[in-house]
Amino acid sequence: MNQAKRQILRLPVWRSRLLLSLLLLAFLVLLGRALYLQGLNNEFLRQKGDARYSRVIDITAHRGIITDRNGEPLAISTPVESVWASPQDAEISSAELQRLAALLQMPMSEIKKKVRPGKRDFVYLKRQLPPELAKEVMQIGIPGIFLQREYRRYYPAGDVVAHLLGFTGIDDNGREGMELAYQNWLAGQAGSRRVIKDRQGHIIEDVESIKVPHQGKALALSIDRNLQYLAYRELSLAVEHFKAKAGSIVMLDAKTGEVLAMANLPSYNPNNRTTLEPRVTRNRAITDQYEPGSTLKPFTIAEALDSGKYKPTDIIQTAPGTLTIGPAVIHDSHPEGALTVEQVIQKSSNVGASKIALSLPREMMWDSLHRAGFGQPPHSGFPGEASGKLRPYQTWRPIEQATMSFGNGVSVSLLQLARAYTAFANDGELKPISLLKLTQPVAGVQIYKPETARAMRKMLEMVTQSGGTGPNAQVLGYRVAGKTGTAHKVVGNGYSPNLYVASFVGMAPVTDPRLIVAVMIDQPSNGEYYGGVVAAPVFSKVMAGALRMLGIPPDAPQNYFTPPEKTPLVKEDA
Amino acid sequence: MIRQLMLRLGSHIDGFLLAAISAVMLYGLLVLYSATGQDFERVSSQMVNIAVALAIMWILANIPPQHLLRLAIPAYVLGLVLLIGVALFGEVSHGARRWLSIGVGRIQPSEFMKIAVPMMLAWYFDFRQATLRIKDFALAALLLVVPVGLIVRQPDLGTALLIAASGFYVLFFAGLSWKIIVGLIAAGAASTPVLWSLMHDYQRQRILTLFDPTQDPLGAGYHIIQSTIALGSGGFEGKGWLRGSQAHLDFLPERHTDFIFAVLGEEFGMLGSLLLLLLFSIIIGRGLVIASNATTLSGRLLAGSITLTFATYAFVNIGMVSGILPVVGVPLPLVSYGGTSMVTLLLGFGILMSVQTHRKLVKS
Repeated sequence: MNQAKRQILRLPVWRSRLLLSLLLLAFLVLLGRALYLQGLNNEFLRQKGDARYSRVIDITAHRGIITDRNGEPLAISTPVESVWASPQDAEISSAELQRLAALLQMPMSEIKKKVRPGKRDFVYLKRQLPPELAKEVMQIGIPGIFLQREYRRYYPAGDVVAHLLGFTGIDDNGREGMELAYQNWLAGQAGSRRVIKDRQGHIIEDVESIKVPHQGKALALSIDRNLQYLAYRELSLAVEHFKAKAGSIVMLDAKTGEVLAMANLPSYNPNNRTTLEPRVTRNRAITDQYEPGSTLKPFTIAEALDSGKYKPTDIIQTAPGTLTIGPAVIHDSHPEGALTVEQVIQKSSNVGASKIALSLPREMMWDSLHRAGFGQPPHSGFPGEASGKLRPYQTWRPIEQATMSFGNGVSVSLLQLARAYTAFANDGELKPISLLKLTQPVAGVQIYKPETARAMRKMLEMVTQSGGTGPNAQVLGYRVAGKTGTAHKVVGNGYSPNLYVASFVGMAPVTDPRLIVAVMIDQPSNGEYYGGVVAAPVFSKVMAGALRMLGIPPDAPQNYFTPPEKTPLVKEDA
Repeated sequence: MIRQLMLRLGSHIDGFLLAAISAVMLYGLLVLYSATGQDFERVSSQMVNIAVALAIMWILANIPPQHLLRLAIPAYVLGLVLLIGVALFGEVSHGARRWLSIGVGRIQPSEFMKIAVPMMLAWYFDFRQATLRIKDFALAALLLVVPVGLIVRQPDLGTALLIAASGFYVLFFAGLSWKIIVGLIAAGAASTPVLWSLMHDYQRQRILTLFDPTQDPLGAGYHIIQSTIALGSGGFEGKGWLRGSQAHLDFLPERHTDFIFAVLGEEFGMLGSLLLLLLFSIIIGRGLVIASNATTLSGRLLAGSITLTFATYAFVNIGMVSGILPVVGVPLPLVSYGGTSMVTLLLGFGILMSVQTHRKLVKS
C-alpha cells in the first residue's frame, strides 16, 4: 500500500517542469505587456488619455460698446445663450421633447431631426436665446443638451443711426458701417483655458489659462445722439412730405470737422434684419455720389475772389439769361441782367457763374475744387466711401468748365460737400472729417484767404435773405448762410428732364459758424423740387434745433428775420 | 498567555502565505479606495468581506484535509443540484441566468463549484489511487464536464473556463497521460469552429474586439481601449495615488471590480504592476511548494489545483485588462471589490494551509 502510494505520488519530472514553464511563460507575457504599455507605448497612450479628458475651452469676450460723443450707448453687446446638443448623448423623453419644443418655439419634428445621432457631434438647436429662457431650457434637465454663451449686438437707437453704425453678423463680426470699419478695435479676443472634463463633459478642474480673453474696446463716435434724432426726424418728415425716393443729412462741427449727425432714408431697423435690401442699408451720405448742382458754385466764386481777379461787388452781365458756348446754351431760369458777384451767388445765376469760370484758367478752377476735397476720398474711415468725380482739367472743354461752375459734370458725396464748406466757416481753413469723437482739435489746411472766406459767408448769408434762393433756411435769432442746389438727376448718359436732386448746404451762426448742415433730398415727387423749397426748410429746422440744444448764443439782431412767406422766392436754376 | 493563545490559534496558519496574501489585500484596499472615488464605505465593506473570508480561511485551515474531503461528495452534489436549480428557476439578470433566490438572499452556485469541483476530483483520485485506470480519468472528466456544461449554459463563460481549468489541473497532477492531453488540445483546436457557432453573439464580439478594439470604440472595444489607455498613461512610475484621471473621470468602467488593475496600473505605473505580479508569484510559488510537500495524493492534487487556479485567475484578469485576452467577467484575485470571490479564494487558501500544516500528523 505504502509502496504503491509512493509510486503514484511520484509525478514525472517533466510534468512539474512543463507546468512551471507554462506559469513562467504566462507571467512573462504579462510582464511583456506591461513593458509594452507602460514602458514603450506609454507616450502614445498618455496622449490618448490626455486627449480624453483634457479640453481647451474658449472663453468668449464681448464686443466693445459704441457710444455717441456724450457716452450714450448706440451699440451694445448683451449676453445670450445658444442651445446646442450632442446627438450621441442626447436622450429626450417625449414629455421633455414637448417641453423643449414649447420653450424653443420649434416643431418637435425639427428637434428630433437635429438630435438624430450619427451625423455630427455638435448641432445648434437654437441660437441667441435670452438668458432666462435658456435657463428654463436647462432646467428640463435633458442629458446631452448644453448652452454656449454668445453675445448679441443690440442697437438702442434702431433705424436712427443704422447706416452709420452698420451691424454685425451672427458670429459677432462687423459686416457694415463702423462695426466693420473698427472690427479689430471693437472685437473681443476670445481667450482659452485648458480644463479637465469628465466623460459627461463636466469641468472638473481648471488647469491653466492659455490665452487671456481681451474684451473689445469701446468706441466713441463723434455723433451726438440728440442731434442725430433731430436730423433723422426732420429728414424723414421731408422725405415723406415730398414723396422723395431717398434723402441724406450731414451735420458737422464747423470748428473740428466732427460729424455730429448723419442720417439717411430709407433706413432699417438693425435689431431685426430678417429682410434687408442693399437699397436701405447704404449710408448714402458717404457712399453715394451725385451731381450737386448750385451748391458747388461758391467754390468757383471763392477761387475768383482768391485770385484777386474779382471783387464781390464786381458786375457780371447775365442778360439775356443765356450763354452760348459752341453748340450748347446755358440758361438762367430767371434772367436778371447785370448782377454783382455776390448776387450771382444769391440768385444762383448759372450764366454769371459760367462767365466767371470761363475767365479763370481751367487749371486754377480744378485746383480750387481739388483743394476743397472734391474728387478725393474724404478719409472718414467709413467703408466704401465715395471719392466723387472731378475729371483732370486737361480734358475739360470750355462748356464743361462752365457747367462745372454750377455743379454739373462733377459728382460729390454729401459728406464731401459738407466738409468743403468748413473752409468758408473757418476763414479759409478746410477741416478733416472725423466720425470719431476728437479729444483735441485737428489742424486743417488753409485753402482760401481768410477775407475770401468771410466774403463768401456774406454772399451765402444773402442767399437766405430777401432776394435770395433760400429764405426758407432762415433760423429765428441766428444769422445763417448757405446755398441751395437743384440739379437734374443723371440718368444713363444724360440728364433726366423731370427728376431732381434738391439740396441745401449752410452754416450758422454767421458771425462765428459753429455748425454746418448739408441736406440732400433725392427725387422729390410731389411737384416741388427746388432746393430752396424742399431742402432749405429741413436745414432750417435742424439748424434751429441744434443751435438751441447746443446752447449757442444767438447772433442776429432783432427784426433780422424775414418770414419766408413775405419774401418772393427766387427760384434758382436747375 | 496571550502569546500562547496566539500560537494555538495560529498553529494551522501558514505564516508565509498569510503574509503574502495580506500584502496583496492591503495593496488592494489602497487601490480600491482610489478606484471608488475615495468612498470609505465601500472600503470598509470590503474590509468586512476580508474579515469574514479570513475567518473562513482559519476554520478550513484547522480542519485536516481528510475531514475536508469527506465533504467533497455532499458539496459536489449540492452544487450540482443548485446549478440545475439555476437552470430551471434561476433569476435572469443582465441576460444571464446565474443567480438562485433562496429565502434570505440569492446565491451564485457557480462560485461555490470553484472549490467543490477540484475537491470532488481530488477525493475521487485519492479514493481510486491504488487502481487508477484510464476509465477513472474518463469518469473524472465526466464529473468535471457536467457542472462546466451547466455553467456554460447560464451563460458564464469565464467561470466555466476557470472551473474547467481547476478540474484539468487535478487531472494533470493525477497523471493524465500526455497523449490524452495532446489529444484534447488537438480536439479543442479542431472543434473551434463548432464552439464558435455555439457561442453567443456577445461572446464572439468580445473575442473579435480583442484583435481590433478600435473597430467598435464606443461599444465592445470601449473597455479594452479605456483600460489600456489607463495602464499606458501610468507610465513607469504612475500618476500617483488618487491621481489617475482615466479612473476618476469616469472613463474607466467597472473600475473597482473587474478592471481595478487598470486603476492600479495608472496610479502606480509599471513599478506598481510589477509589485503586484511579484506578490502573486510569491503566493503561487508558496502554493506550489505546499503542493510538492504534500504527503497525500489528495492534498497534492487540491493544493496544486487551487494554486494554479489562482494563477489562472490572475493571468486571465490582468490579461483581459491589458488587452491580450477577451473580456470575461473574472475579478482580480484578492484585489477586486466583492465578497463572494474573496470568500472563495480564501476558502482555497484555507485548504492550502490545512494541507501544509496537517501533513506531520499524517506522517506520524
